Amino acid sequence: MSAGNGYKVIGTRPVRHDGVDKVTGRAVYGGDTRLSGLLYGQVLRSPHAHARIKSIDISKAQALPGVKAVLTGADLPKTGDTIVDLGEGPARLKYMSDNVLATDKTLYSGHPVAAVCASNVHIAEEALDLIEVEYEVLEAVLNLREAMKEGAPQLHPDMTTQEFGEDTGRTSNLATHFQHKLGDPDTAFASADVVIEREFNTATVHQGYIEPHNATAMWNADGQITIWTSTQGSFAARAQTGAVLDIPVSKIKVVPQEIGGGFGGKIPIYLEPIAAMLSKASGQPVKLIMTRPAVFESTGPTPGSHIKIKMGANKDGKIVAAEAYIAFESGAYPGGLVGAAAMCVFSCYDIANGLIDCYDVVLNKPRSFAYRAPGSTQACFATEHVVELLAAELGIDPLEFRLKNSATTGTRRIDGVVYPKMGCKEVLEAIRDSEHYKSAAPSGPNQGRGISLGYWFNVGLQSACTASVNNDGTVSLSEGSTDIGGSRTSIAMQFAETLSLDVDDVRAQVVDTDSIGHTDVTGGSRVTYATGWAAYKSALDVQAQMCERAAQLWEVEVDQVAFEEGVFSSGDKSYTFKELSGHLDETGGPVIGRATVNPDSGVGGSFAANIADVEVDPDTGKVQVLRFTVIQDAGKAIHPSYVEGQMQGGSAQGIGWALNEEYYYNKDGQLDNSSYLDYRIPTSLDLPMIETIIVEVPNPGHPFGVRGVGEANIAPPPAAMAGAIADAIGVRLQELPMKPSNVLAATQASEGQAALAAGG
Amino acid sequence: MSKIHVQTTINEEATEFLCEPRESLLEVLRETLGFTGTKEGCNDGNCGACSVTLDGVLIDSCLMLAVEAEGKSISTVEGLANPEGLHPIQQAFLEHAALQCGICTPGFLVASKALLDHNPEPSEHEIRHWLAGNLCRCTGYDKIVRAVLEAAQTVRASA
Amino acid sequence: MKDFEYCAPKTLREAVALKAEKGEAARVLAGGTDLIVQLRGKRFAPDRVIDIKNIADVNELSYSPRKGLIIGAGVPCWRVYNDAEIAELYPGLIDSAAIIGGIQIQGRATFGGNLCNSSPSADTIPSLMTHSAVCNLIGPNGKRKVPVVDFCTGPGRNVLEPGEILVSLQIPGIKKNTGAHYQRFIPRNEMDIAVVGVSSQVVLANRGKEFKEARIALAAVGPTPIFAAAAGEALAGQAVSDEAIAAAAAAAQSLATPISDMRGPAEFRTHLVGVLVKRTLEGAIARARGKFVANAVQEAAG
Repeated sequence: MSAGNGYKVIGTRPVRHDGVDKVTGRAVYGGDTRLSGLLYGQVLRSPHAHARIKSIDISKAQALPGVKAVLTGADLPKTGDTIVDLGEGPARLKYMSDNVLATDKTLYSGHPVAAVCASNVHIAEEALDLIEVEYEVLEAVLNLREAMKEGAPQLHPDMTTQEFGEDTGRTSNLATHFQHKLGDPDTAFASADVVIEREFNTATVHQGYIEPHNATAMWNADGQITIWTSTQGSFAARAQTGAVLDIPVSKIKVVPQEIGGGFGGKIPIYLEPIAAMLSKASGQPVKLIMTRPAVFESTGPTPGSHIKIKMGANKDGKIVAAEAYIAFESGAYPGGLVGAAAMCVFSCYDIANGLIDCYDVVLNKPRSFAYRAPGSTQACFATEHVVELLAAELGIDPLEFRLKNSATTGTRRIDGVVYPKMGCKEVLEAIRDSEHYKSAAPSGPNQGRGISLGYWFNVGLQSACTASVNNDGTVSLSEGSTDIGGSRTSIAMQFAETLSLDVDDVRAQVVDTDSIGHTDVTGGSRVTYATGWAAYKSALDVQAQMCERAAQLWEVEVDQVAFEEGVFSSGDKSYTFKELSGHLDETGGPVIGRATVNPDSGVGGSFAANIADVEVDPDTGKVQVLRFTVIQDAGKAIHPSYVEGQMQGGSAQGIGWALNEEYYYNKDGQLDNSSYLDYRIPTSLDLPMIETIIVEVPNPGHPFGVRGVGEANIAPPPAAMAGAIADAIGVRLQELPMKPSNVLAATQASEGQAALAAGG
Repeated sequence: MSKIHVQTTINEEATEFLCEPRESLLEVLRETLGFTGTKEGCNDGNCGACSVTLDGVLIDSCLMLAVEAEGKSISTVEGLANPEGLHPIQQAFLEHAALQCGICTPGFLVASKALLDHNPEPSEHEIRHWLAGNLCRCTGYDKIVRAVLEAAQTVRASA
Repeated sequence: MKDFEYCAPKTLREAVALKAEKGEAARVLAGGTDLIVQLRGKRFAPDRVIDIKNIADVNELSYSPRKGLIIGAGVPCWRVYNDAEIAELYPGLIDSAAIIGGIQIQGRATFGGNLCNSSPSADTIPSLMTHSAVCNLIGPNGKRKVPVVDFCTGPGRNVLEPGEILVSLQIPGIKKNTGAHYQRFIPRNEMDIAVVGVSSQVVLANRGKEFKEARIALAAVGPTPIFAAAAGEALAGQAVSDEAIAAAAAAAQSLATPISDMRGPAEFRTHLVGVLVKRTLEGAIARARGKFVANAVQEAAG
C-alpha cells in the first residue's frame, strides 16, 4: 500500500484501531457504563412551551419505594449573573444552568424541571408521574418572524438587545443584532447590470445522532466527581458541569466513553450535572439515558432561519455586490449560530462590496446548537439560489459563473477575513472535470441536475498529545479528542508518518481529563488538523529525545545524530527506531514525547460542492435522488476512506435536510414528531451511492497540509437538490424542507401562475 | 410484580434469567445479562440499533418483552465472531470503513447476517431495502452497502 | 411503564377467561410492535398482558379454495409474504404485509394486531377491506364473525367486546379475473406511516375490458380506515377507461375527511387519494389481466 507524495502512512487506508471492538459489540459507549451499585435516573420535562413554575411537590415521588433521590432546579447552585465563556463565547451561567433544570420558567416543551434516581429505570419513571408541578401557562411563540415582532410573548423579560456591540437597554426576543460591511454596497448595487433578491425560510432540524444523550456520575464522599459520558469534548463537559455545579474543575474527572454520533449536538451538557447531583444525594453512582423523544424535544436543534439575499452582477458576469439579511432561531436562550452563518453566506465568492445583517432571536424551542458547519447550510441554500438566478439572467453557464467569481487566495470576505491558499476554484474545476458532470444530465420527464458550492471555515483550538515509547519500539499515544469517526487512527497515522513507523505500532487512545492536557471539542473539523498536529509535534519531541539517547550510547554530540526514514545514525553507527527503543532503560529510562498546540492561524477552510440528479414525481411532489456526487478540498487526506466517509455522511444529512427533516410543533407548542418515525432522516433506501472526489490543495498552515473535512460537506446539498428540482420541474423552491407537499404546492402555484399569464 | 424465570438460548448458550414482565428483551440483554453490544437508539422500533435474531428471524429487541423469549433462540452481535476470527461481514465492515461512530454497527451487522442467511446473493437494491430498518446518521450508507456486497461474495466463496 | 401480569395461555378458552376477567384492564399481545410502544408511551397501562402466540389457532396460516385464506392473529407479516402460494394468490395483501415497518417489524407485526390496533393509517386494513376479509372473534359468549369493513369504530377503537379476542382473519378465495393492489404514499421510501394508503380490488369481465366489481378502501384520511364503497360500486359495469378511473378517484376523494398533521396537510392528503386510487386501480387491473405488478419485496428483488 503506497501513499504517494513521499508519504509512507498518510494516504493509506489502515483498519481503525478501535474497529474490532466496534464490530464485536465490545466497545463501551456511554450508555454501556456499568458500575457496582448503579442507580438509574429519569428526567421530568415540561409539557408546556412557555410556563411559569409556581410550585413543585416531590414528596410523593420521594416516598415511592426504590426511589433514592429527587432533584429540582432549586437544588442547583444559584448562579446569579455570572458570565462564563466555556468555548462557545460568553454566556450567562444562569441560562446554562436553567437549561439543565428550569427554575422559574420553562421555555420549551421538553424543558427539564425535575429528576429522579431509583434502583431501576422503571421505578424512576413511575416516580416522575408522582411529581406534582403547578404551572402557570404563558403564551408561547414558536415562529421566528412572530418572535421578532413587537408585542410578541417575551421569553426573558430582562434580556436586552445587544446591537452592534452595545447594550441597547431595550428588552425583546432579539438577543443580538450585528452587521459586517465591506466596500460600498449601495453604490455597487446601483451600478450593477442585474440585481436579484429573494427570500428564504428553513425549518428547525436536529443532528439526529443515533445514540441518545447519556451520563453516569459518581460523587465520592471526598468530593471528587467522576462522570462517564458520550461527549464531543470531555474538557468542555468538565468545564460546563463545574460551572453549573459551582465546583472547581479539579474536582471533576470526565471519562469520555465511546460516542454514538454528535455532529455538534453533544458539545453542550444536559445530563451530567443532574447525574452528579443525584449521585451526591444518593451516595451511589447514577446513570441517565435520554429517551428518544427527549432527545428531539430538548436537545440539539439547529436553527430555523429567515434569510433574504440580494446580489448584483455586471454583464461580464462579475458579482459586484451582495447583501444578506439573516435571522436565526436561537431557541430558548441567546447565543445562537447566526455569527457562523455570516462567516459563510458569501464566502465562496470574491465580492468587493457587501453587507451582512444578522439577528439572533429567542423563541420557545430548545436552545439551538451547532450542527455540522452550523449556519452554513441555511446560508448556502439561499445564496446558491440567487447565484443560479444571476447566471441564468446573464446567460452564463452557472458553473462558469461560479468559476468567474470564485474566492481565491487573497479574497477578502465581507466579514473581513482574508483568505490564505484555498481550494475553492479547484473544487469547482473538479466539478467541471468529473465524469458525473460531463455525463449527460438525466433527461427523462421530471428529471434534472443541480450543482452547488458551500464552505466551512474550520477551527484550530487547543489539543494535547503524549507519546510513550515502549521498549519494543511501539508507541502508546494518548490524546483527548473524542473519536467519532476514526480520528484515533488518523492521529496515529500522522505520528507514525513523522517517525516512519508502522501505523499498527502506534496505538492511540482517548483518555480522560485527568490524563491529558486540555483538548477542545471534537468539532469545527479540528481534530485531524489540530490534534494531528499535536501528534506530529509530540513525534518530533520523541525524535529529539531519541537522538539524545543515541548520542549518549554512541558518545557523540546530539547534533551529530541524524534521523531519517526511521533510522538514527551517526557515522557508521545506526539504530532503527525499534533497536534504539531497546536501549532506553540503560540511557535514562522511558521516553515520553509531549506536545500541545493552539493554532490560531493556519486553519485552512474547506470548500465542498455537489452534483445532484433527481427525479420528481409530479403527482405527489416526492423527490428521488438518482445520482449524487460530493467534491471537497481535504488539503491532504490522511485516511482517504474516512475523508470519503465524512463527505458521504454530510451529503446524506444535507439531503435529509433538503427533503424531509423538520421540527413539527402543534398549536400548543409541543413537538409532534419527536421520533425517528416522523422525524424522517434518510434510510438506506432513500439514497444512491454517494460518489466522492477528494481535492487536495494542501493547507500551508499544517505540517501535512490537512484541512478538516468534517463539515463543509453538509452545506451544499440542499442548494444542489433545489437546483436539480428546478431543472426537473421548473420551480425553484425557497423553503426547506422541500418535502412532497411543498414541492407539489409550488408546482401547482407555478402552474396556476402560468395559466393566469396565458389567460391574461 | 414478581419476576418471571425465563429459559432461553443466547448465542447458542443455554441462558436463564429473571425479569419483570415489563422489561424488554433489549433491557434484559443489556442490563441483566451484560450483552451491551446490542444498542438502544430509539426504543420504539424505528432505528434498528437493537436488532437481534429470534429463531433466525430478524427483530428489534426493544419491541419484544423479555418474557416472550421463553424457549427461543436469540443471536446478538456478540455471537457473530468465533474463536477462529471475525465473521466476513465484520471483516468487510472494517476494511470498507463502513462505520464511523459505530453505534448503529451491531444492528447493521446482525441485520446483514440475517439478510445473507436468507439471500446469499443480494443486489444493491435488495440490501438497501433489507437494511432500511437500520438507521445510520454518519455514513450515508454507501460504505455499508459496499461492505455487505463484498461480505456476500466472501460468504458465497467459502460456502 | 407500569408493570403488569404476563399471561401466555395455550388455549383460546384460557385466553378468553383471562381477558374477560380483566376487561379493559387487559391487553392482548400479538406481535407487540404497536402495543409495547403504547405501553411505554403510557397510552395504555393494563394490569394484564395476554400473549396469544402460544395458542395454536392464532398461528394458523392456511389456504384452501373452499375456506379461502386464514391468517391467524399471531402470524407475523414475514410468514405471509414468504408463503409462495399465498403470495401468488393474494398479491394485494402482500403489498401491505411487505411495507409495514422494516424487516425487523415484519418479523413480529401481524395483520391481526394491525387490525386490532385500529389506527386510521394501518396498511393492512384497506387491503383486508377490499378483499372482503372477515374477523373470527371469540369471547365469553362464544364465537362471532365481523366483516373487517365494520370492525373499526374510531382511532384505536373497534367492535371488540371487553372479553373478546381476534382469532384469525378469513379472506375468501380469489375469483377469476380479479386483481388487487395496495399503495401508500410516504415521504421516504421505507419506515414511514402512510400519509395516505389506498387498496383497490377489481373483478374484470368482457376479457378484461369491463369492471364487473370493484372495491376501494382508504387509509389515513379519516378517523378510521374508510371503505369507499360508493367509489367502487360506481365502477361496476363500466368499461375500463381513464375516465372511469378518474371518476372513481374523485368519488373516493369525496369520501375522505383527512386532518392536517406532521404527516401532511389535509388538502395534500385529499389530492393523494386521487393519485393513489388511480395508481392502485391501474395496478389491480393489470393484475386482473394476469400482468405482474411488483410489491415492495419483489421490487427489492428487481
